[in-house]
Amino acid sequence: MRPEPVELCGVPLRGPILNGSGTFDAIAAHRAFGDALLESFPFDCFVSKTITVAPRDGNPPPRLWEAPAGMINSIGLPNKGLERFLELDLPQLATLPVPLCVSVMGFSHDELATLVGAVGAVEDIGLVEINVSCPNVETGTIVGADPGETEAAVRRLRPLTEKPLIVKLTPSATDPAAVAAAAEAAGADAVALINTLKGMAIDPRTRQPSLGNRTGGLSGPAVRAVALEQVAAVAARVDIPIVGMGGIASGRDADDFLAAGASVVAVGTESFRDPAAGRRIAAELAAIRAAMRDASAGAAL
Amino acid sequence: MTLTAEARTLAPPERRIAEVRSVERIGAYDLITARDPIGPPDPRPGQFYMLAAGERWGGGAGERPYLPRAFSYARARPLAGGQGVDLQFLLEEVGPGTCRLGELVAGDPLALLGPLGIGFESPPADRRPLLVGGGIGVAPLLCWDDELRAGAREPGVLLGFRSAGHARAADLFAGSPDVSTDDGSVGRAGVVTEPLRADLERDPLAVVHACGPEGMLDAVRSVCGELGVPARLALEAGMACGYGACFGCVVPTVDGYARVCVDGPVFDAAVLA
Repeated sequence: MRPEPVELCGVPLRGPILNGSGTFDAIAAHRAFGDALLESFPFDCFVSKTITVAPRDGNPPPRLWEAPAGMINSIGLPNKGLERFLELDLPQLATLPVPLCVSVMGFSHDELATLVGAVGAVEDIGLVEINVSCPNVETGTIVGADPGETEAAVRRLRPLTEKPLIVKLTPSATDPAAVAAAAEAAGADAVALINTLKGMAIDPRTRQPSLGNRTGGLSGPAVRAVALEQVAAVAARVDIPIVGMGGIASGRDADDFLAAGASVVAVGTESFRDPAAGRRIAAELAAIRAAMRDASAGAAL
Repeated sequence: MTLTAEARTLAPPERRIAEVRSVERIGAYDLITARDPIGPPDPRPGQFYMLAAGERWGGGAGERPYLPRAFSYARARPLAGGQGVDLQFLLEEVGPGTCRLGELVAGDPLALLGPLGIGFESPPADRRPLLVGGGIGVAPLLCWDDELRAGAREPGVLLGFRSAGHARAADLFAGSPDVSTDDGSVGRAGVVTEPLRADLERDPLAVVHACGPEGMLDAVRSVCGELGVPARLALEAGMACGYGACFGCVVPTVDGYARVCVDGPVFDAAVLA
């Protein structure tokens, strides 16, 4: 069963399932699965890995550690950098069968402006996500942790593009709803949450941190309850659409996020376990919504 | 999107359920045979699958396992009719994932994704193939040995194990591999790179294909580098997805980090940093 089409900030989507930024590499997946990937593409909108101005190698391995009902990662935003992304990756991503959202992160307002200006001028890009929340890079938490910083950053970026701006919030903020309200006041078109929660694991053999970067971000079903609460808290404070995510692994989970106030949802860690998870979750969600419609139609009779 | 030629068989883009046909104890290891009903019949030796028990994957010690686990396939036997394949995986029960997989019995569901990654390629005609395996790393060499033999390029096979129990895996090979054990309980006592060095000093016109623990692969690289022999190494790394999504399984190369799952697992030793 296919879900109903939706609109996200004026961009029509065939359904309500996105991927979380950094949890799916469509180009690598195409190498592994070939054109069959495109014929049954698992998401209704594709969100790129976060792009920075300069290329980044990412963090030293080990980068992953399994956690109870989830995992901790310290990937460190490896990417080709803006110039090579636009030259090498974008032409390939533009051929995906769904709208494209490009995620960007800058270490200063000037860098952010460069990124938003550049991707905002590309016709093939439908939406721009501003990552103010990646907890793996030391400076990443600064903007998103503070409503005033977030408002100042979005105000600077807002005039640079007509494309919808989605602000990806950090769950480590003292009051994420206040940060969301600040983003809305500065002209953001939507907010996305949650990013991974800061976490750590100890290797019992060495009694040292398991990850090469010592700390990382926790994701998977382990964070779902935290995510739901934050989505509900943000929904109570803003009128702009919310992209809800955090441990969604089933249509039931997705519907919980919609009930909490999300307009659309994103799947992340579950895709690691099954690249078709987005499609499965969409079908399960559509069945749940259809059953709800049938039930309310029955009640009306 | 365009695809460049790589030594890989493409995987269906979804996790599917295979049926466990048997789980056989081979000394210290388990050999799982599973029937994959819709997967491609022709994975490339060196490619791998992400495996998870179809039921009760999670809720074990420490509420794990959660992520699937990557295993090179050991052997593949296509089913009659051109679709589907019986796959064999060799595993050692060392953690919550491998222990749960080791509990499986015939008829149980096995969730799998694959085949994934880039496999082995035949060496040029003027160089003989020489396979070097250590421990559980002998798994991908089984199907590669079979394929080279079928193509009339019978390789030398040098295997190293901890002890006699582990060395039982050598019996799975078609020929008579040269076996070393750390404790000398079977074959020669010592590490596999000692017979490797002797072999290559006798005839360096070879390409080494190796899979095994990190320390063994480092030693293989060093011997091959010293003697000017090309080496292809099948690497292992912890990974969440197996298809390039998580960026967790990187290894340093001369061009920066590469993902073991999509850029490997088989790498030319010369590109590794």
